[in-house]
Amino acid sequence: MSSPSPVPTTTRSEPRTFIIWRGDKDSGTYTPYTAEITAGMVVLDAIHQIQAVHAPDLAVRWNCKAGKCGSCAAEINGKPRLMCMTRMESLPPGPIHVAPMKAFPNIKDLVTDVKWNYAVNKRIKPFKPKQVEADGSLRMQQHDIDRVQEFRKCIECFLCQDTCHVLREHDKHAEFAGPRFFVRMASLEMHPQDAEDRREFLKKEAAIGYCNITKCCTEVCPEHIHITDNAIIPLKERVVDQYYDPLAAAIRFVFGSKK
Amino acid sequence: MALDHLSHDCDVLVIGAGGAGLRAAIEAADLGCSVHVVTKSLLGKAHTVMAEGGVAASLGNVDDRDGWKVHFADTMRGGQYMNNPRMAELHAKESPARVKELELWGAVFDRTADGKILQRNFGGHRFPRLAHVGDRTGLEIIRTLQDHSIHKTTVAVSMETTIVKLLKDGDRVCGALGYERVSGRFVLIKAKAVVIATGGLGRAFEVTSNSWEYTGDGYALAYDAGAELIDMEFVQFHPTGMVWPPSVKGILVTEGVRGEGGILVNSQGERFMFNDIPENYRNQTAKDKEEGWRYVTGDKTAMRPPELLTRDHVARCINREVKAGRGSPHGGVYLDITWIKERVGGPAKAAELIRKKLPSMYHQFLELGGLDITTERMEVGPTTHYTMGGIHVDGDTQMSTVPGLFAAGEASGGLHGANRLGGNSLSDLLVFGKRAGEFAAKFAKEQKAGWLDQAQIEAAATDAVHWMDAPTGNENPYTVQADLQKSMQALVGIVRLEGEMRQALDKIQEFKARAKKVCAPTGRTYNPGWHTCLDLPSLLISAEAVTISAIERKESRGAQFRDDFPDKSKEEAKWNMVVKKGPDGKMVLERRAVKPQTAEMKQIIEDQAK
Repeated sequence: MSSPSPVPTTTRSEPRTFIIWRGDKDSGTYTPYTAEITAGMVVLDAIHQIQAVHAPDLAVRWNCKAGKCGSCAAEINGKPRLMCMTRMESLPPGPIHVAPMKAFPNIKDLVTDVKWNYAVNKRIKPFKPKQVEADGSLRMQQHDIDRVQEFRKCIECFLCQDTCHVLREHDKHAEFAGPRFFVRMASLEMHPQDAEDRREFLKKEAAIGYCNITKCCTEVCPEHIHITDNAIIPLKERVVDQYYDPLAAAIRFVFGSKK
Repeated sequence: MALDHLSHDCDVLVIGAGGAGLRAAIEAADLGCSVHVVTKSLLGKAHTVMAEGGVAASLGNVDDRDGWKVHFADTMRGGQYMNNPRMAELHAKESPARVKELELWGAVFDRTADGKILQRNFGGHRFPRLAHVGDRTGLEIIRTLQDHSIHKTTVAVSMETTIVKLLKDGDRVCGALGYERVSGRFVLIKAKAVVIATGGLGRAFEVTSNSWEYTGDGYALAYDAGAELIDMEFVQFHPTGMVWPPSVKGILVTEGVRGEGGILVNSQGERFMFNDIPENYRNQTAKDKEEGWRYVTGDKTAMRPPELLTRDHVARCINREVKAGRGSPHGGVYLDITWIKERVGGPAKAAELIRKKLPSMYHQFLELGGLDITTERMEVGPTTHYTMGGIHVDGDTQMSTVPGLFAAGEASGGLHGANRLGGNSLSDLLVFGKRAGEFAAKFAKEQKAGWLDQAQIEAAATDAVHWMDAPTGNENPYTVQADLQKSMQALVGIVRLEGEMRQALDKIQEFKARAKKVCAPTGRTYNPGWHTCLDLPSLLISAEAVTISAIERKESRGAQFRDDFPDKSKEEAKWNMVVKKGPDGKMVLERRAVKPQTAEMKQIIEDQAK
């Protein structure tokens, strides 16, 4: 657990240099700006100040400014982070580099085209309830849903997608779903009341096998979801059980397939 | 001018993709309509995501004395009887079914020991009523609706698109014109019915929990199309927003903290909420600290602690402590949850419990405030949070006074009256999102497509780009917006005076003149300067509607507190304030008699007051 870094009590401001990507997918340049930093400010505050004072057309996505919506994902000093949750006090002295996410096409400045993610999500089979009670609701024990609730904390900032080398370095967007959607599928597959089977999709269309569990996604997750350990590895095991376990295959052959 | 634009055609256009918009879209699609959803941000980022504490539904899972009648009476009492009673009735009756349905669509609420949906205490709710997921209930609800709606083949979504004008064919609406942020191109959507679900107007104020989107677009679109706005004076100031550091001022601290035992304390260490308990809540409020603790830990014989009185009252008490010089160092008061260590078996147990029950709050303070809420007190103060008023709709169908134009959620008015209870917004958007979708679909099926008037479209388009193409001045749009926010905060805030509000009206006229002279840098691709120019007219209409309604209501009731009329008035209690565009284009206000309660409703309210 991280210990809090205290907010200085001074109200004095000091100038800091920000080097921000201005451009689009075809061309652009890193441009320096100065922002006046006061106690407790986050990087997004500085970007807003620059927008209001120096560059009214500086493109940036943001909504809640409290780490709950996942809109303001960017790369700060080379690290994928939420701008609204990056306190200035946490950054080393010197200029601060702010760049758009690299794994997605740049639209303008800090805004990238993330609609690919929404297309992937559409292909995942939805929740299918197993046993609905007479009153129209489900019965589940808290300890049976604890792990699913961890996955459902995801705020869809897509930082995990940005850092995943399968997408970032190898551009496998056409054949790989990425950590965000393994988390989503884990939330469905491990739901105690879900009757659907997504193993074939996981193997053949989501290509979960491409993930070689380097845990980069887990490291950048602002919600601290244990993406690799709790979502991806158990899903890989399910796929392995289904497709590569000779004993299980023999049992299925004799007794028929069952989830 | 030959307009370069994208075109869509649908039965039902839904503007806004928060909970209300998505729920409306799902319903209309299920009834066989083609639906087009337009959202100002990406899907799943709307303000619903910020809702923390829970969704109010009288499931009776934790306390079986609860039922729709109690919920109805609580909502009416909380709204100081300014509510549309039919909406309060439908809301109380239908919210349990709407919540259970979410579970079948994949929502995973916290559980009771017997495996049902767990419910928690919240301000103004007599029994534990809020179905929740820790303190991130809104995220659970929006993600569930989002993931459910994307599988509807007749629902199309235009993300990052803003509507600037509703188009009319005679009296009825027949479509809308907007622009796409990413390309800057215009989008023309032809529709037989339109649902407005654009949320509120928090950005008209300086300290707010709302994001950049909440510029009152829906109010302005409807107003321009001839619809009425009701109860606009009732703007909810949530009692607990963060106050320090400056960059997070206004960010919400869930009422759930108080629901789990958090107490409010002034700089002298006094639990001041016990000093001022309103008469109509006296027999439902704890006598002492002891009874308050028993209540939050589930003792059914205990009454709620005063921290869980309605939001309007708690916000005013905090405001009073600060003004009397008993505030915390950064102009708030203390919210203390650490004290529960005395009751739960020591600091380690308390810390574990707090992290489990309030995980988002724990992280929010740790990462943004540099403060560990398990060992230190929070500093909190009021923040502009919610608009009780909104588009005046029919209680059953959610249709506005303009044929074919519907509204749901925060964009519509009537359910909450003078003050909204926490948890009633998520249930509002589910119940009335569904109803708006249902009746918009019915309306659409009965209509032929409207006729789109090319002249209306071109005029709206020219108007939308003139900031860039032919600016008449060089005002900075961000500065005009900031000045408006400061003015509204100072002059039409928690405590109001006629003289100050008249000053605010004069300022609004000045801002209108300045807003005509703003200019945007060139380039229509994702240009926030241009977007800010386009948001200003909506903010100004919203601010004016709030101010003139607040001046007209000469009493203190719910969220409206008038220093010059500090008491409730029996005469004023008879009226709702309604504004609309007059024949000369100026805003006019009318008093409209509050909708009468049926004999059954009166009986329920009387029974529940005992």
